[in-house]
Amino acid sequence: MDALLLSRLQFAVATFFHFIFVPLTLGLSIMIAIMETKYVRTGDEEYKRMTKFWGKLFLINFAIGIVTGITLEFQFGTNWSRYSAYVGDIFGSLLAIEATAAFFLESTFIAVWVFGWNRIGKKFHAVTIWLVAIASNVSAFWIIMANGFMQHPVGYVMRNGRAELEDFIAVITNPFAWQQFLHVLFGAWMTAGFFVLGVSAYHLMKKNEVSLFRRSFNIGLVFALVFSVLVATQGHLHGNEVAKTQPTKLAAMESHWETQTNAPMYLITVPDPENERNSVELLGIPSLLSFLAYSNPDAEVVGLKDFPKEDRPPVWISFLSFRLMVGLGTLFPLVCLLAWFWRDKLPDKQWFARLLIWFIPLPIIALEAGWTLAEVGRQPWIVYGMMRTSDAVSPIDTSQVAITLVAITLLYTLLGFAEVYLLKRVAERGPVTH
Amino acid sequence: MLETIWFILWGVLWALYFVLDGFDLGIGMLMPFLAKDERDRRIMYNAQGPFWDGNEVWLITAGGVTFAAFPGTYAVLFSSLYTPLLLLLFALIIRGVTFEFRHLGETARWKRLWDICHFLGSFLAALLLGVAFANIFMGIPIDAQGVNEGNLLSLLNSYGLIGGIVFVLVFCFHGSLWLSVKASGEMEQRAKATARGLWFIVAIGAVVFLFFSAVFTKLYDNYLANPVLFLIPIGAVVGLLLSRMALGQNKQAQAFLWSGLFILCVAFFGIAGIYPALLPSSLNPAYSMTITNSSSSTLTLQIMLGVALVMVPIVLIYQLWVYKHFSYKLETDEDLYY
Ligand code: HDD
Ligand code: HEM
Ligand code: HEM
Repeated sequence: MDALLLSRLQFAVATFFHFIFVPLTLGLSIMIAIMETKYVRTGDEEYKRMTKFWGKLFLINFAIGIVTGITLEFQFGTNWSRYSAYVGDIFGSLLAIEATAAFFLESTFIAVWVFGWNRIGKKFHAVTIWLVAIASNVSAFWIIMANGFMQHPVGYVMRNGRAELEDFIAVITNPFAWQQFLHVLFGAWMTAGFFVLGVSAYHLMKKNEVSLFRRSFNIGLVFALVFSVLVATQGHLHGNEVAKTQPTKLAAMESHWETQTNAPMYLITVPDPENERNSVELLGIPSLLSFLAYSNPDAEVVGLKDFPKEDRPPVWISFLSFRLMVGLGTLFPLVCLLAWFWRDKLPDKQWFARLLIWFIPLPIIALEAGWTLAEVGRQPWIVYGMMRTSDAVSPIDTSQVAITLVAITLLYTLLGFAEVYLLKRVAERGPVTH
Repeated sequence: MLETIWFILWGVLWALYFVLDGFDLGIGMLMPFLAKDERDRRIMYNAQGPFWDGNEVWLITAGGVTFAAFPGTYAVLFSSLYTPLLLLLFALIIRGVTFEFRHLGETARWKRLWDICHFLGSFLAALLLGVAFANIFMGIPIDAQGVNEGNLLSLLNSYGLIGGIVFVLVFCFHGSLWLSVKASGEMEQRAKATARGLWFIVAIGAVVFLFFSAVFTKLYDNYLANPVLFLIPIGAVVGLLLSRMALGQNKQAQAFLWSGLFILCVAFFGIAGIYPALLPSSLNPAYSMTITNSSSSTLTLQIMLGVALVMVPIVLIYQLWVYKHFSYKLETDEDLYY
């Protein structure tokens, strides 16, 4: 193990953990804002209790999202200093804009929301949660433009031995980054929808606060249904963009070895990277891969063998994470359809309510699988085609990184337990009655 | 010119972070000493409640702006202070979660656990920030490749430790002032008494720090070359004196503002001293990371200046509004969310 491998692991631990909480923040904030707006419009106290209940869950989640975010912001300098010096001219400014344009707004007004129930006007109070929701989603925009630059660098020139900004507009209209942005937002909003569905199903099953949780259930259902369809359809366009800009990732995620036109797709595939082939290929659908990647059944899809070995990403991880994401992604709209048909029958359909509770973590797994594909599939590059990950790591002692990796993993594990314990407790207890 | 403007902005962001988060960290450090029962502790959490998170974003912004405007410095500074920075992160993490976590559990053990995290996190963060910045003021043994030849122990030299202790004391003083603004009754009196007591220690600490800066650092070179700069340490002295006067007249909010000026000037005292370096090398001045050899391209600096000039004033305005609107006294249980 060297500082490079350890730093990669440490970065992965830190980002994966951060991204367990981020999607809930992105989606739940909007739903809570909708609930509070309904309260202000109708004056119906039930909406207020609803807002407070989901708000409590939101705050527990938000607390961890924030503290783990700071780690990420520092890690580019601590662990990837060569990378930071090389592309900081472009990448650093996106992070700084994220902080000034989004984090301040989000962190300041969430506090106004929490402490302002009796101190500011009703309407303004609802505005503050909208500000939080908008700021969170704006923060996602800037960080993903930064990640998009690493996936598909645009708008720069090589000068003074580093990448310097040449066209800021090109950086923030990067088509690859926009696909990512939409995909992540749809995924996150859907995830939050499933969270609300699951928790509401639990209470409906127990016939607890039926009216309040029916209303919550319906809001969650709209989010889950609409965005599960959108994330899958837009995911296809995203795949087209990957085929165009990152052919090595496309080949790895499909475990596609030989360059060919009318490339088929096999429903069952077992990669065999040692021998540069697949040991099992069953249930092929002719020309499907060509069609999916380029919307043209005759298109040529370049295989991994046509890339030098040192430019290929890890095949197994890319392949499995892609299949996992897409597999789950086809499941979600189906479950939502069932939930739609049975939306008024939940107290009786206990098994289905239980199923929905089990569906709380699955979208998060799909999101993490997606990020695994995006990041591992980009290897060996830290900035695709421009800088290799092995050239990016800081000149620091291996022992230092080893110690901090262990410490971060331990700390995050403990925090994770505390977090799940609190979420479960507060969710099960339900809204306060008074 | 553009680089110099960015240097000043960079300094302002760090200094503002110390002014703002300083009082949160201070209240956290004072908690075991000032809180006698559960209600006292709740008052101390709630005195920070509406502010701490917004304050911490100044740190994120200061870090982000280092990255954006001086990527070379960001790279060398953050990697050469690897271990202390990660310790700082751990400290901020275990402190940051306490607000929301503590109040949701009921058992005394649960609350005790997070109280310990809150104290340790606040103390460690204040100490590490002081040690780190004193070392930056003095210079760090970075070589021509930007690699730090020292280690964690070499940061704990006498000047570094003085810096750490001064930060801890100053933040405690600042925190006790804000606590006296927010608390009422007995707690308010206790906070005021603490502030009065701490004032002398802080004053001695500040003198010691200014004196040892002449012994260990080259900060005064800039001052001798440009005597106008002496206004900065003078501002620190004035801030400290006025804050004592205001405290004597029971005008705690004013005292708090003056102690803010004091912290701003102390931080700027060091920052003005290292110009044009952001991270001086103690091995050879040629290895220092400066505004010229570590800055971003002109285009990036211009775009970021535009962003900063628009956004930072807006942020200041709404944060000021929050301070004004939420500086009310914590009196009834209704006021205690945490
Ligand atoms: C703005 C930049 C950015 C963003 C938004 C993300 N990442 Fe990333 N990721 C990086 C920037 C980066 C990086 C700095 O570029 C790393 C470190 C080493 C590398 O090659 O890329 C990286 C590596 C990296 C690795 C290790 C890959 C390997 O070394 O084989 C994983 C598993 C993830 N990331 C996962 C994630 C997750 C779960 C994210 C969701 C939040 C995420 N990344 C967002
Ligand atoms: C690896 C890159 C990332 C970095 C450096 C980073 C940085 C940060 C920082 C510093 C915070 C704390 C802000 C505060 O205190 O208010 C934060 C929180 C947040 N980040 Fe990230 N982040 C990363 C990845 C992402 C991604 C990919 C998204 C969205 C798609 C995202 C969305 C958010 C949101 C919504 C928050 C608000 C807090 C919460 O999650 O509850 N972040 N991030
Ligand atoms: C079902 C059809 C889906 C398709 C065709 C699809 C397609 C893709 C593709 C091609 C990528 C790779 C982008 C890259 O390498 O940068 C990707 C990434 C990703 N996917 Fe999906 N996806 C689907 C469903 C989902 C679902 C259901 C979720 C989560 C709820 C999800 C979350 C993500 C995330 C978080 C990423 C990484 C960020 C990004 O690059 O956009 N995807 N997806």
